[in-house]
Amino acid sequence: MTNPNGRFGIHGGQYIPETLMNAVIELEQAYNHYKNDPAFNAELETLFNEYANRPSRLYYAEKLTKTLGGAKIYLKREDLNHTGAHKINNVLGQALLAKKMGKTRLIAETGAGQHGVATATAAALMGMECVVFMGEEDTKRQALNVYRMRLLGAEVIPVTSGTATLKDAVSEAMREWTNRIDDTHYCLGSVMGPHPFPTIVRDFQAVISKEIKQQILEKEGRLPDVVMACVGGGSNAIGTFYHFIEDKDVRLIGCEAAGRGIDTFETAATINTGKLGIFHGMKSYFCQDEYGQIAPVYSISAGLDYPGIGPEHAHLYDIGRAEYVAVTDEEAVNAFEFLSRTEGIIPAIESAHAVAHALKIAPEMDKDKIIVITISGRGDKDCAAIARYRGEDIHE
Amino acid sequence: MSNIRNAFRNGKAFIPFITCGDPDLETTGKIVRELAAAGADLIELGIPFSDPTAEGPVIQGANIRALAGGVTTDKIFAFVSELRKDVSVPLVFMTYANVVFSYGIERFVSRCAETGIDGLILPDVPFEEKEEFAPACRAHGVDFISLIAPTSANRIAMIAKEAEGFIYLVSSLGVTGVRSEITTDIAAITAQIRSQTDVPCAVGFGISTPEQAAALSGSADGVIVGSAIVRIIAEKGRDAAPFAGDLVRRMKQAIG
Repeated sequence: MTNPNGRFGIHGGQYIPETLMNAVIELEQAYNHYKNDPAFNAELETLFNEYANRPSRLYYAEKLTKTLGGAKIYLKREDLNHTGAHKINNVLGQALLAKKMGKTRLIAETGAGQHGVATATAAALMGMECVVFMGEEDTKRQALNVYRMRLLGAEVIPVTSGTATLKDAVSEAMREWTNRIDDTHYCLGSVMGPHPFPTIVRDFQAVISKEIKQQILEKEGRLPDVVMACVGGGSNAIGTFYHFIEDKDVRLIGCEAAGRGIDTFETAATINTGKLGIFHGMKSYFCQDEYGQIAPVYSISAGLDYPGIGPEHAHLYDIGRAEYVAVTDEEAVNAFEFLSRTEGIIPAIESAHAVAHALKIAPEMDKDKIIVITISGRGDKDCAAIARYRGEDIHE
Repeated sequence: MSNIRNAFRNGKAFIPFITCGDPDLETTGKIVRELAAAGADLIELGIPFSDPTAEGPVIQGANIRALAGGVTTDKIFAFVSELRKDVSVPLVFMTYANVVFSYGIERFVSRCAETGIDGLILPDVPFEEKEEFAPACRAHGVDFISLIAPTSANRIAMIAKEAEGFIYLVSSLGVTGVRSEITTDIAAITAQIRSQTDVPCAVGFGISTPEQAAALSGSADGVIVGSAIVRIIAEKGRDAAPFAGDLVRRMKQAIG
């Protein structure tokens, strides 16, 4: 889907300081070489399977299906990956690529902390230095993940600029990359930023839909009617969609974080409330004011609390191939609790946004229809925050 | 010959940067007039952006103060119109792609031309993306300024050949901000630039003292100073104009 200039339709591009241009060009050249290198791909597949616990299960949620009384629901269990989320897929790919490029240091941004933990994990495994930028607000919301990163040998730098959340962590990681390029790879965590990141991250996450396709054909002998995932920057969603984009009968649904509602200012639903803009290296949709100032977005989910969306999603939206729906904090928390009680699976609050939308549409669908929901991560990290949301003050 | 070229006719050019509306536009007006009187050859006016990814903490702070004070792109255009009644020094805007894009590129650049802005610097628009912005600039006689960095290497010739107004030579890796030491071989880069173009070349990022300015101006045609001036504005607020003017006077003298 990427054209030679790193565009997805009108979206994407390379809106970055000149200081970084040779770094992204070098990255693109290295990626174009290694992505077709059988030895690289064999090494990555071994890491995926032996280290990250792939392929992840496609689980038939029978009790959930019967409770809702409509479409048959499968859960793609990215929460069972090593480190507890889909983030490890991209990180193992990028860390291996960085190592082949001779880089010895990884820097990363993180929101919920899952990408930071995954990067710290890969850095530990591959003997690389690791620095993670995390909004100060998020270090409080996700204190356990901060500790995990430190335990894994990474340095965590709390970011106090702006809204002290994910967008500021991205800005600070970009600033650090301009400061130290030679030995450092910026391990971007989502399908965003300047070309070639949206393509590289998508390709490493596309393993999700590649597996779903094989697994559903084995179990059902046909493709699903709906595949759905939560969307912040959009890496687990594009991974979930990618191998179904050409299968026009498969509905692709991305679930954005509406926060307190898309009719309020406390939202992070980019497609539903944003407009076209240029930020963090890419052209895409962003929550912003009339003068192009980026909006201080909000969601209960630190991982979806981002004012933009990856350029390929923006394009899939433009051409009508994928739908993007908004899910509020309240709906996501209800789904978080519902899936926990119904299936004994505690999803990440991010993933709970996708579950919440499934709770709406599944009962309306016939029993012979099939929905696949990607559970992008596990919810242990969110328990304290959800307890607080319900008015219960627990300490870990 | 653009107005910007005139800025390089009075020896080495001294180019200060300030953020519009930090802490308010009335103060910005006083500072601009003071800097012009102190010998500034060209003034870079920042339009604040919520997330200035090429800036260090000092200029980030200026962006936050200006936006908190309620400044907008429209208010800044009105301010420049007013300023142009008595200020003739060349002026360039420095802002981020989204500020221009969201205003409408054509609309933004035509307002620049109407109000008397001579050039536009967008640090997040590299050579590969400049044709989205540069044609409107050419049509309205506003110079789209190109940046060259210590990492540009094999890109220098390509960028220099298409440069207009002046070339902004980034002195160091990293973001804007005061540095105690600048180790980039500026002379080597300016020599490469000069083999491609006669567009003047001004060096910026990290220059805070008259001594640094003098040392770096050796091979370049001008020196750009931002954070050191913005820091004075952060400290002195509405009374900053004479203090900023004093620094600019010493800088201009130092570069001869």
